Amino acid sequence: MIAVEGLVKDFGRTRAVAGVTFHVAAGEIMGLLGPNGSGKTTIMRVLTGFFPPSEGRVSIDGIDVERDPLAVRERIGYLPENVVLYPDLTVTRFLRFCAEVKGVPAASRRARLDEVMAACGLTEVAGKLIGKLSKGYRQRVGIAQALMHRPRVLILDEPTVGLDPRQIIEIRSLIKSLAGETTVLLSTHILPEVSMTCSRVMIIDYGRIIAEDTADGLSQRVRGSNETRVRVAGPRAEVLAALRGAPGVEDLREEPLDDGAITAVVRSARGDELRRELATTVVGRGWGLLEMRSLPMSLEDLFVRLVREERDAAA
Amino acid sequence: MRTLARTLSLMRKELASYFAGPLVYVVIGAFLCVTGLQFYTTLNSFVTIGFGLNILEHFWEEFFNNSIAFYLLIVVPLFTMRLLAEERRLGTIELLYTYPLRDREIMLGKFLACLLVFLLFVACTLLYPAIVYAIQPFDPRPFVARYLGTVLFLASCIACGLFISSLTDSQLIASSCTFIVLLLFWILTWNEAAVNGSLVTVLSQISTFDHFHTFSTGVIDVKDCLYFAFFIGLFLFLTLRSMESRQWRGRR
Repeated sequence: MIAVEGLVKDFGRTRAVAGVTFHVAAGEIMGLLGPNGSGKTTIMRVLTGFFPPSEGRVSIDGIDVERDPLAVRERIGYLPENVVLYPDLTVTRFLRFCAEVKGVPAASRRARLDEVMAACGLTEVAGKLIGKLSKGYRQRVGIAQALMHRPRVLILDEPTVGLDPRQIIEIRSLIKSLAGETTVLLSTHILPEVSMTCSRVMIIDYGRIIAEDTADGLSQRVRGSNETRVRVAGPRAEVLAALRGAPGVEDLREEPLDDGAITAVVRSARGDELRRELATTVVGRGWGLLEMRSLPMSLEDLFVRLVREERDAAA
Repeated sequence: MRTLARTLSLMRKELASYFAGPLVYVVIGAFLCVTGLQFYTTLNSFVTIGFGLNILEHFWEEFFNNSIAFYLLIVVPLFTMRLLAEERRLGTIELLYTYPLRDREIMLGKFLACLLVFLLFVACTLLYPAIVYAIQPFDPRPFVARYLGTVLFLASCIACGLFISSLTDSQLIASSCTFIVLLLFWILTWNEAAVNGSLVTVLSQISTFDHFHTFSTGVIDVKDCLYFAFFIGLFLFLTLRSMESRQWRGRR
């Protein structure tokens, strides 16, 4: 449904996207993951025809974005980053404008408007000026305008930014409910969001794809590299030496907490679960095991590791 | 057919924005105050002092040139400045550019919305001939020319303002530059004595004032109609090119 081949986008001398190729099958939800400034928004803007690529080809539903931008725009719904809307229009007025422009037939326009507003939880603010809405509501208006004409492809740039936890859950389930019927490309920098909503994930850095995986595969990678934090009461030097020597331990760093106990964060070599070995080590020597907790890997950790792997591979 | 529907839909959205705030009402009020005062004082002085045989014709010529057209020229930048500059500043232009809208549909929708707002201004000025007519009936036909001229002049000012609004995302810059450019076209030949004869001939071909003047005397000249049509066409063309420049400039 979405096909991107060798996409390059330059702004003057800056290369924002440096050769990206990917495909998204119909009905799939693809996540675009990466830090700010990594090129996510630029890729999305090229897909929407907002500006043309410097090199490469981009097509949606088999239609080249450069050749027939209007036909492509009829097929996509786009939620821009930091969604900005007309502050001096009411929610209904603005959404009616979207429906008209996006070619929702006049006969079903009223019904479609009510349907979308209900789905996005906007019914109670229908008559309010957009400029007076809270950020969460404005975000929902942004999603509503993207959904308005039942687009085949939805492109959502950070759809859950600025929402409270309950709204985030609502929007995620809304996006998930579209799977199968609609192809979705969404960007985010929140890892759980990807694993909860997306079927596939791409990680982007400096305008390149550095990893592409299924959501499960990604979670696997994250889970596979647990760090474990242990707090032990005992002689400092011996405890540290023993922990370092425990089977499977690759690395250890001490967290200096001045409370009499020794706090260390232990990382395993191959992503093994170490709690059992660590507990045996500590308890077997008669020290006090005060606390032990596995630290899930954050996106930042995964990201740093992927970048490191990428550089190692290049070297 | 879809093109027309989309253009009108954008136009209605623009109108909703214009009438959401008090700007239109405040400016129409101020406009009527100023032109009303001018109407009263100018008419008074013409009736008292005379100025030739055909007092009323000369009065209307003076009134359309120096009051209606001139005050419209001052007011137009206030309404054109937001057309594209505000969309760019807010970022809403990204929505428009990714909706199934052609650039020319966006441009025409905005142009027509602004023109409609100003037709409201023009309609209000019908009050003045109506007052005079109630006191002393006259031949209304020259007013067809005067109002045609006013609408053409207005459309030219709006086209120019729309173009300048497409160049910047600051409304202040858009309005002040539009005002300066419009004023320049208006006063180009005011000081005829300061430039030599042949230059005046050239300048009077460019000046909006000279072309509007014919209309204000109650005459429709194809030449003047063509001039304004060209003026409007030129600035709409430039607006389109300026909107397209995002394709190669990269940023919105």
